[in-house]
Amino acid sequence: MKWVLVGGVAAVPFVLPSQSMVNIAMLTAFSAFLGQCWNIAGGFGGLTSFGHAVFFGSGAYTGAILQTRYGVNPWVGLPAAFLVGGLVGAGIGAASFRAGLRGSYFALVTLAFAEVFRVLSNSLEFTQGGLGIAIPLKVSAWNFQFADRRATYAVVLVLLAVASGVAVWLTKGRMGARLAAVRENEDAAAALGVDIVRTKTWALALSGGLAAMGGVVYGQTYLYIDPSIGFGTERSVEMLLVAMIGGAGTVWGPVLGAVVLHVVADVSRAFIATPGFAPMVYGVVLLVIIAVLPQGLAGVWAQVRGTPGGARDA
Amino acid sequence: MLEIYTAALINGLLIGGVYALVALGLTLIYGVLHIVNFAHGSLLMVAMFAAWVLAEKAGVSPYAALPVVACGMFAVGWALYRYVIGRVSRGEDRAILLATLGVSVVLDNLFLAIFGGDTRQIEGDLTFAMWEVGPLLLAVPKVIAFGVSLVLAGGLWAFMARTDMGRAIRAVAKEPEGARLMGIRPERVFALAYGIGIGCLGAAGCLLLPSFFVSPHVGSVFVLVAFTIVVLGGMGSFPGAVVGGLLIGVTESLGGLVLGESLGPIGISLVFIAVLLLRPTGLFGAAR
Amino acid sequence: MLEVRGLSKRFGGLQAVDDVALDVPQGRIVALIGPNGAGKTTSFAMIAGFVRPDAGRIVFEGREVTGARADQIAALGMVRTFQITQPFAGLSVAENIRVGAFLRTADAAEAMAQARAVGAALGLGAMLDRPAAALTVAGRKRLEVARALATRPRMLLLDEVMAGLNPSEIHEIVAMIRGIREGGVTVLLIEHIMQAVAALADDVYVLAQGAVIAQGTPRAIADDPAVIEAYLGRGAAARLAAHA
Repeated sequence: MKWVLVGGVAAVPFVLPSQSMVNIAMLTAFSAFLGQCWNIAGGFGGLTSFGHAVFFGSGAYTGAILQTRYGVNPWVGLPAAFLVGGLVGAGIGAASFRAGLRGSYFALVTLAFAEVFRVLSNSLEFTQGGLGIAIPLKVSAWNFQFADRRATYAVVLVLLAVASGVAVWLTKGRMGARLAAVRENEDAAAALGVDIVRTKTWALALSGGLAAMGGVVYGQTYLYIDPSIGFGTERSVEMLLVAMIGGAGTVWGPVLGAVVLHVVADVSRAFIATPGFAPMVYGVVLLVIIAVLPQGLAGVWAQVRGTPGGARDA
Repeated sequence: MLEIYTAALINGLLIGGVYALVALGLTLIYGVLHIVNFAHGSLLMVAMFAAWVLAEKAGVSPYAALPVVACGMFAVGWALYRYVIGRVSRGEDRAILLATLGVSVVLDNLFLAIFGGDTRQIEGDLTFAMWEVGPLLLAVPKVIAFGVSLVLAGGLWAFMARTDMGRAIRAVAKEPEGARLMGIRPERVFALAYGIGIGCLGAAGCLLLPSFFVSPHVGSVFVLVAFTIVVLGGMGSFPGAVVGGLLIGVTESLGGLVLGESLGPIGISLVFIAVLLLRPTGLFGAAR
Repeated sequence: MLEVRGLSKRFGGLQAVDDVALDVPQGRIVALIGPNGAGKTTSFAMIAGFVRPDAGRIVFEGREVTGARADQIAALGMVRTFQITQPFAGLSVAENIRVGAFLRTADAAEAMAQARAVGAALGLGAMLDRPAAALTVAGRKRLEVARALATRPRMLLLDEVMAGLNPSEIHEIVAMIRGIREGGVTVLLIEHIMQAVAALADDVYVLAQGAVIAQGTPRAIADDPAVIEAYLGRGAAARLAAHA
């Protein structure tokens, strides 16, 4: 029943007459997807990352460079980005977790890694420095460029479904149980035979690989990326906000969070159009959520239905 | 050739003095409250805007405004801890981190909404004043900033080491429960320490403004610099913050010279990552 | 089954553990006792892979495990519990135990079935679907043991599982530990409660100031003057003897 309802709501944009409304739906689904990617590491694993843009940007640059420099079909960019993002995640994870970084220190080191990538992409010729990379306009499904936003929306929905499928799997299987154990108490997890460095590194790699695919979709939709778009702090913060507001460590959290974020954005923009006002409201919403609903909006849902579990932010 | 490097070195040291003051506020907050104040950069941005508004709209020199802005920022910090961060976070690490992130998101965008995204500087002779010392040209505002920062850092150190209030703060930092038994209310001391840390930013903002531009985005630049210094010097260490500040000032200045404008900033992030991965206790931190 | 030789650890200027040797034969219950700060928990932490020893060898079932990680040692079949209980507070009791069961099976349903069975066997049946944070002190101690047992260990290291319990709860835990041994699991335990040690242990090691000062059956240990002095202070044995 729930799935029919969700499927129905997700399908509405396909019959909407206006491209701008489809665009809002696409952006919401895109935020939900990136939030879900963050959630896999940050929610289920408790790995509070402040620099998830490092994965998004790595993917965006992978897709763009493969295409513009080597003439590789952009669809191939998706698995390539997944691989690159996964490797970046594995590298950052292995280095940080081996050094025993946790909590705030891990958050800060991810921020610094994103900054290193931003500065590098801003200086290297390979990434065309501060100029950024323009992807040539050539609309065709074969070329992963769509005139109709509904097609983009469909692609984003598929990605969201994949990331959410991973989240569902985490709530059921051994990997997810181990990740939750590590999040709740590392010493106890290790005593029960859980390899904490490997578990956390794996979660960050998976999260990073998925987020990197979002970068490719971004590039194919807006046909331009530069260091700030790819690796800027705003992207990292948005991914975190979506997951935290909706409910970190829950399957539906990022979807709820993305809907709330975009509703807030559009409503507040209708009243006060000044740049900065909408994100300021997000910040306030985040503070309120941390203060009164530490498990996010999805936590309220779970409480109403009386199911314990879900994840706590440790 | 050598002169260019000497000039960059001295320039780095001068800026490093102000960085040290920024980092002292952060390390004080960490040392006493054991929290990572991610809003530090954004609060520095607020202080710089306060100094800018006083200079441009009321004609007050940033140096004359310093005591006012420092006290104002103390009040802002005290209230922020008392009514927002302390309340919201319920003492959980992750909640505190996210609360300070939330505060920085709100502040950055509030100032973006009020002032727009343009970068601003104060107009006037002061900005370009130079001192000729031998073969070197030193920017006057940077020399003043360096001197005042070190005096303030010394003052803060004396306050923490010599006064009853400083001792009370340190007692709470070490043993919050013990201090409670002595009749000290830890929550009040936390708010006080947070206020003092943010007060340092008020002074730093006034000292930086004549030689730096300000925009709603500068917070994100300074936050990484401040954390790098504090981590390099050892979280919670006063001498570490000062030495770290000078080192990072020089790193940034020489990095810009050697690596160029666009690649230069990478130095700070790399130092930060290297210290966290290889020696997380920093130069002056106690071994874990 | 477990063989420890020359185990030593310094923390700063303090020699926490000094040249400790001990043997735990298969199928036995061996107790490690001693005054506070004697180095019992540090020895445990080194044996279980949580603290790297400065010197010494730890051999488990003929395999050297000195300096191995905790999770590797657990995978070999030697699992510890914590004196200060460490529940996964956000998970249910059954989910807590399931983390242990996942060490031996990747199948989620099978792991859950095993977890519920172990939990029920240790008297946590009514609490299985409640959050672990809702357990009483005694419940948390049981959960520690249940999680460890769910990994199907060959040897259990129990760190003060009776501290903070009332006499009837202690009675139940003593019976539980006997049951564990009957099930073929060898046990090394740290304990303060002497009646429990006397009721359970085949062999006792006494630690004081980081070193083993006595070893023997619980009876022999109770009469050892060195042990009495370690607990009650210098000259205590002589004074007790004078009174008798």
